[in-house]
Amino acid sequence: MIGYIIRRLLQSLVVVFGVTVITFILLHMLPGNPIRAILGTRASAQAVRQLTIEYGFNKPLIVQYFIWLGNLLQGNLGYSYKLNQTVTSLLAQRIPKTLFLTGSAAILAIILAIPAGMWQAVRRNKPDDYVGTGLIFIFYSMPTFWLGLIMIIIFSETLGWFPSEAPQDQISLFSQLNGMVLPVATLTLVTLALFTRYMRSSMLEQSIQDYVRTARSKGVSNRAVLFKHVLRNALLPMVTLIGLSIPGILSGSLVTETVFNYPGMGLLFYQAAESDDFPTLLGVTLVVAIATVIGNLVADILYAVVDPRIRYVS
Amino acid sequence: MGVTITPADVDPSGVGFRGPSGDGVPEGGEGYSSGAAWKMVLRVFIENKLAIVGLGMIVLMTLFCFVGPLIYKTQQVFNNPAIANKPPGPGHLLGTNPVGYDVLGRLMLGGQTSLEIGFAAAIIAVLIGVIWGAAAGLAGGIVDAVMMRIVDAFLAIPFLFLLIVLGAIFTTSILELIIVIGLVAWLVPARLVRGETLSLRVREYVQAVKVMGGGTRRILFRHIIPNTVGTIVVNATFQVADAILYVATLSYLGLGVPPPATNWGHQLANGLSYVYAGYWWLIYPAGIAIIITVVAFNFVGDALRDALEVRLQSR
Repeated sequence: MIGYIIRRLLQSLVVVFGVTVITFILLHMLPGNPIRAILGTRASAQAVRQLTIEYGFNKPLIVQYFIWLGNLLQGNLGYSYKLNQTVTSLLAQRIPKTLFLTGSAAILAIILAIPAGMWQAVRRNKPDDYVGTGLIFIFYSMPTFWLGLIMIIIFSETLGWFPSEAPQDQISLFSQLNGMVLPVATLTLVTLALFTRYMRSSMLEQSIQDYVRTARSKGVSNRAVLFKHVLRNALLPMVTLIGLSIPGILSGSLVTETVFNYPGMGLLFYQAAESDDFPTLLGVTLVVAIATVIGNLVADILYAVVDPRIRYVS
Repeated sequence: MGVTITPADVDPSGVGFRGPSGDGVPEGGEGYSSGAAWKMVLRVFIENKLAIVGLGMIVLMTLFCFVGPLIYKTQQVFNNPAIANKPPGPGHLLGTNPVGYDVLGRLMLGGQTSLEIGFAAAIIAVLIGVIWGAAAGLAGGIVDAVMMRIVDAFLAIPFLFLLIVLGAIFTTSILELIIVIGLVAWLVPARLVRGETLSLRVREYVQAVKVMGGGTRRILFRHIIPNTVGTIVVNATFQVADAILYVATLSYLGLGVPPPATNWGHQLANGLSYVYAGYWWLIYPAGIAIIITVVAFNFVGDALRDALEVRLQSR
């Protein structure tokens, strides 16, 4: 078990290293000269030269990479000249908001997906399963921004129940929870489609296993088979689901934050892309990538903890 | 509440973890040596009602976009502000948009772009992925490890984020958009094909080719890649669906195709400004067109995967 965790940890470190290399390459593919981007087009040649030396842009690329990596390890993600703040402090303001949005949506989605997926598996190929499957496919195939928009039209414009814009500052986040209803609902619906499909498959996969046949032939009731045997085992892969779905949820959050103007990390990223604020753009990319790697790692470790069979494979 | 399920009905991999989850790998010599197995795939596919519905939807959508403009003729080159924002009615079945284009005609034109980008990006993604994955799997050892860690590192960056960074770096034309999506989406097929290659390359017939003096290229293109074709087709189907959604989202974020070119996402994004004006015909048709198309490709992909798994199980 310990060996497995150490091996996975080392693999993850390699991947994170790879991500930093990719980010660094992207940083150097950026259009224009970063010094000019900082100083503007009218800066004197001397100022440009001074800053070039100060930032180490005159050094070979590989040296620049390690300087950048060294800064990164000290938590220095660069400076946003557009927003006049360090990227680290920007992230510190925005990450909690994104965590609040994605966390609520993920928890709601999983609470709803387990019974929904169970119901579909039990009612397999009956009309209500077809309706459920169809609905899930529709939500899965819907552009997230469009779903958000429909929510605004129905619940904000027509019914007037909830505001169309998310709360803007820290204080009102919890006091104006009704502003969070539509963003959370949008992200939940998108995530729910994914989770329910997963749960349904997991239930179906378990229900054809030999132990189910054994239980049934012993005369265990259908209800007991379903809840005591199938459900328990079907929940095992669900443990990994939240970890594995981090990239999906963060992408959904990016769009949801943009639609509802919710000042999280996704909106920061989008605005950085719009305004060519590359340090911020790549800072968020790096954070999101590391979150994904950690999600995968935690999912694998959790799965090994709850399912001892995994530890002996590979 | 009775749960009676036969193995053939089970779809072990849900939408969330697409791709063949079975451990089995197609066997056989060169390409489609086993015709009977493929006939069975076809039969299972046809028996799946959702697959037929999906295929029908794709055909109808393609006809709508490419043949539709021949029947329903509209002016889509010069705009006419005099007839802007007209609600649906005779003459303009789905109304007109803020610059006076006919919405239904625009929908057909935008659909052409969306479908073309979807298909082209899927083909690029699958081509790169197959060659990369098969080469890594066949090479093995340190080359494989390095190649796959590169894939892992790119996969760690969520697609949408990577797309937006690339979209912000490259100015977008349709061609560049196709390349950017293709360059992001090849990672999953690469991983799938590499997995299959690993188990294919130790098969007797591949060993036999080696013993007989067959070169690496022959093994790769005549024996490995043809045997991964099932996986590739299933993945390509999902890739088309994903690409259409990515284009829509990028267009909404303002990183899509610049005007005068249009696509469904672009039309939706433009319609958003008129939500509060109540111009529903600018918002629903394009959204519904996207959903129908993406749902259709997902239905077909799911059914193809199920059919393929039946082929594997039946051996």
